[in-house]
Amino acid sequence: MTGFLEGKRLLVTGVITDQSIGFHVAKLAQEAGATVVLTGFGRLSLVERIAKRLPSTPPVIELDVTNQEHLDGLADKVREHVDGLDGVVHSIGFAPATALGGGFLDTPWEDVATAVHVSTFSYKSLAIACLPLLGRGSGIVGLTFDATKAWPVYDWMGVAKAGLESTNRYLAQYLGEKGIRANLVAAGPLRTMAAKSIPGFEKFENPFQERAPLGWDLTDQTPTAKACLALLSDWFPATTGEIVHVDGGYHALGA
Amino acid sequence: MKDRSEIVTGLAEILEEVAGVNPDDVAEEKSFTEDLDVDSLSMVEVVVAAEEKFDVKIPDDEVQNLKTVGDAVSYIQKNAA
Ligand SMILES: NC(=O)c1ccc[n+]([C@@H]2O[C@H](COP(=O)([O-])OP(=O)(O)OC[C@H]3O[C@@H](n4cnc5c(N)ncnc54)[C@H](O)[C@@H]3O)[C@@H](O)[C@H]2O)c1
Repeated sequence: MTGFLEGKRLLVTGVITDQSIGFHVAKLAQEAGATVVLTGFGRLSLVERIAKRLPSTPPVIELDVTNQEHLDGLADKVREHVDGLDGVVHSIGFAPATALGGGFLDTPWEDVATAVHVSTFSYKSLAIACLPLLGRGSGIVGLTFDATKAWPVYDWMGVAKAGLESTNRYLAQYLGEKGIRANLVAAGPLRTMAAKSIPGFEKFENPFQERAPLGWDLTDQTPTAKACLALLSDWFPATTGEIVHVDGGYHALGA
Repeated sequence: MKDRSEIVTGLAEILEEVAGVNPDDVAEEKSFTEDLDVDSLSMVEVVVAAEEKFDVKIPDDEVQNLKTVGDAVSYIQKNAA
């Protein structure tokens, strides 16, 4: 696959460990010839250490998607490294502990609001922050967990993801006239830090492993990362507002 | 094989840099979370830094068994390249 992203400039968010989906997106992107710039949240020193594990060490820009100053300054900071962007990867999600794990009926609004701010609204905020750098044919990709269903313990994160899926359709609608695409990858469960912080995450694991038509590997981020990059490549030029499932086919099943 | 005190010293440097732990407080019997107040995200970074410093892979499943500095020293001593 060498070279299928040759010359592409990508901004990748959401790297915190070398299990992060964002890490694998960045790694495969570099291997396919892209130039990658990372953003990091909170513990920048950790993100920088992890960045060194990529084939070539990319710059890391601090970005808390709930911080308007960070968002306002993002395009200029990115320009210090690349003269524009061909793709943006939104690989960000967070919900307070009360919003996950079975307490759905008792979660206070403030915690729901945090989940939606970080996991849903930020998809639009990130797109707008990067807009000055994006031209025709560029795209933004986000990560969802199939929000058409209620899952065990996923709770308000599931609601936030439903909002993300809707935001994706509206972004497609509003950015279409600029020739910018917006698409999501609906991944099956993967053992990342975000996933392991969901109490009862095991409840997702077995059904996918046992029933997905193609099977499902909880520790292999590569298929998901490949789909993100495929969507940002030149090979989906007329696709936007779409959700591509990378779940071994689980979503297609009834009982 | 590195001797234990050498690994303790290396870990103390990492703990100081990552979590602001006073190197004088670091000893084999100390628990990362209870005695040294290392929170979970700091612990992730300590592990990453230790992997680099000692050229060792510390899988996630293993991290939860590393309760004390001494546990980490033993793991590193056994597994370092
Ligand atoms: N792991 C799974 O099972 C799975 C499945 C489907 C979708 N997803 C989605 O994939 C995306 C990436 O998650 P992951 O599984 O790689 O876990 P991860 O923990 O490695 O990544 C989550 C990232 O979100 C970032 N983040 C949190 N709050 C932020 C903020 N305020 N500003 C900027 N960044 C912030 C964290 O720093 C971290 O890098 C998330 O949207 C997640 O919901 C994950």
